[in-house]
Amino acid sequence: MSRRITARRTLIVTLAAWTVGLLIFFPILWTVLMSFKTEGDAIKAPFAMLFSDWTLISYEQVQTRSNYSRHFMNSVVISLGSTLLALAIAIPAAWAMAFVPGRRTKDVLMWMLSTKMMPAVGVLIPIYLIFRDTGLLDTRIGLVIVLTLINLPIVVWMLYTYFKEIPGEILEAARMDGATLGSEILYVLTPMAVPGIASTLLLNVILAWNEAFWTLQLTTSRAAPLTQFIASYSSPEGLFYAKLSAASTMAIAPILILGWFSQKQLVRGLTFGAVK
Amino acid sequence: MTARFRALMGACAVAALSTAAGAETITVATVNNGDMIRMQGLMSEFNAQHPDITVEWVTLEENVLRQKVTTDIATRGGQFDVLTIGTYEVPIWGKQGWLVSLNDLPPEYDADDILPAIRNGLTVDGELYAAPFYGESSMIMYRTDLMEKAGLTMPDAPTWEFVKEAAAKMTDKDADIYGICLRGKAGWGENMAFLTAMANSYGARWFDENWQPQFDGEAWKAALTDYLELMTNYGPPGASNNGFNENLALFQQGKCGMWIDATVAASFVTNPAESTVADHVGFALAPDTGKGKRSNWLWAWNLAVPAGSQKVDAAKQFIAWATSKDYAELVASKEGWANVPPGTRASLYENPEYQKVPFAQMTLESINAADPTNPAVDPVPYVGIQFVAIPEFQGIGTAVGQQFSAALAGSMSAEQALAAAQAFTTREMTRAGYIK
Repeated sequence: MSRRITARRTLIVTLAAWTVGLLIFFPILWTVLMSFKTEGDAIKAPFAMLFSDWTLISYEQVQTRSNYSRHFMNSVVISLGSTLLALAIAIPAAWAMAFVPGRRTKDVLMWMLSTKMMPAVGVLIPIYLIFRDTGLLDTRIGLVIVLTLINLPIVVWMLYTYFKEIPGEILEAARMDGATLGSEILYVLTPMAVPGIASTLLLNVILAWNEAFWTLQLTTSRAAPLTQFIASYSSPEGLFYAKLSAASTMAIAPILILGWFSQKQLVRGLTFGAVK
Repeated sequence: MTARFRALMGACAVAALSTAAGAETITVATVNNGDMIRMQGLMSEFNAQHPDITVEWVTLEENVLRQKVTTDIATRGGQFDVLTIGTYEVPIWGKQGWLVSLNDLPPEYDADDILPAIRNGLTVDGELYAAPFYGESSMIMYRTDLMEKAGLTMPDAPTWEFVKEAAAKMTDKDADIYGICLRGKAGWGENMAFLTAMANSYGARWFDENWQPQFDGEAWKAALTDYLELMTNYGPPGASNNGFNENLALFQQGKCGMWIDATVAASFVTNPAESTVADHVGFALAPDTGKGKRSNWLWAWNLAVPAGSQKVDAAKQFIAWATSKDYAELVASKEGWANVPPGTRASLYENPEYQKVPFAQMTLESINAADPTNPAVDPVPYVGIQFVAIPEFQGIGTAVGQQFSAALAGSMSAEQALAAAQAFTTREMTRAGYIK
């Protein structure tokens, strides 16, 4: 009896999960489908579009018009660079907060998070002026710095919650064996926290890859990543759905593949610790 | 790798570097429209004439471009050397000192050839601040087969009365055909562009000479009531979400009897590769009510040099090339006369080859029928036909557009929408210091 109920429950939960999953995935699926249509077919009613001819013309046009590889390389450098820099700052910071918390550690953590609550456009002009005066406009290094700062609170929080789960006694034992602070973090804490660091890294790469405010505002051509590549295909006058879909598919494909292969790490990272 | 091959590679690299060092690179910010994309494909011709200038293109969606360019120009960031901006921005930015004057373009450029209606909108205190690349007005595009079936003949210069009658007769909702398609999506450049131009023909205006909003007048009420009646009875479902592209798609699929919108649409709806009704499209001037103003607008995309640019000379050379008579000839030789950017130069319309393009004459007449410095029946204190060229208009226009779009969606009446528009505009204009 109880087995039957369990089986039914499993079925319902599975069905519900698939429904929600497909609903979330549907816009991406539709974008991919539309990218293989002509502009005329892409604007047809949904069913008429599905059964029209398939073509690669939009991909061809996008390839001819834009320099995809340059945008792609900029995205790779900016997202990886900002993530590694953020980790280099956040690992020591999270160590300090997790293992030697002060009276105000919680407040500091909350304050860091509060910086995420301000709309980005509120600081656009000051940051633009600083970038102008320091020659950082339209440079990869400039974007690496900005994206590092933007994602730092999340990185610190994720690592902090992960480090909190590691028993402090292990670090103490290392200290008893004569480990310096640097080697304690590098050789004892980091190897134990590899799953947490890996999932933080992945999530941060995805966040940096998809960031579309600063990457659009602070770049023009040389450092423009894939977000600008997509933005160049929307048009107020003239049909553009198919080309925009092709550009979007090309822009999200690398990160989608990365996410697919690392989904276990990602789920673990997101559901681990106190911040769920 | 042999030593000789390595030496060859090295020489190539040095040569490439020295060429790059000699060339000046200018960055051109542009919107994504067909004419600008076509120009990017013709850059080899520019490079042949100007080997010392390299052009870097930044193509962006209109709203993203506007925000980005505004930030850059206000902070004098110097990221761009040439901007693609609309007729709304040019007088405002020119007055602010944000743009470089183009009065010193060479004589062979022949600035006097630019259509006066367009040129006046780009000139502030005698200084030309931008060169038009492509100009447009609005007109009626209609299905000749459906008009014939309805037993009517479209006059060249119809009235709104005729449009109403034709819309009623052409509508066949069972066959998914709607007599008229008009913009309904909220936005200063969306439904308000159309409605402001329509209201002009009804004798309405945004402000009187003392900057008092006029939405409480009879003229606005008549215009909005007629618009809502037309769209509710003969328009497509969900029209409050329709902008240019949505209506273009409907028309191309044969679902609209008439469509009043930008003249640039003519080349799309008559293109057999995109449009199912390409062979059955006629054109007429935007309608009027006999008060002396038609409901057509005037818009141009223009090239301008921001004051923060360090490469003003190279930028001017590019602009002189891109908006020249020779450029029109170049496009015609490569892609045919129908693809030449329209609406900027009188000489283009005098060209017998161009006169054969089916929509050429109607585009010229529509542009000539528009006067941005005198847009309404009554005098106004502003410049602009479908907009008011003051910095506050983007915000006010969009807020008013939301009220009118809500009225079209049926969530409020015309009177309520007009009252809300009047109250909002009065408050904002008082705050901005226009109303003392």
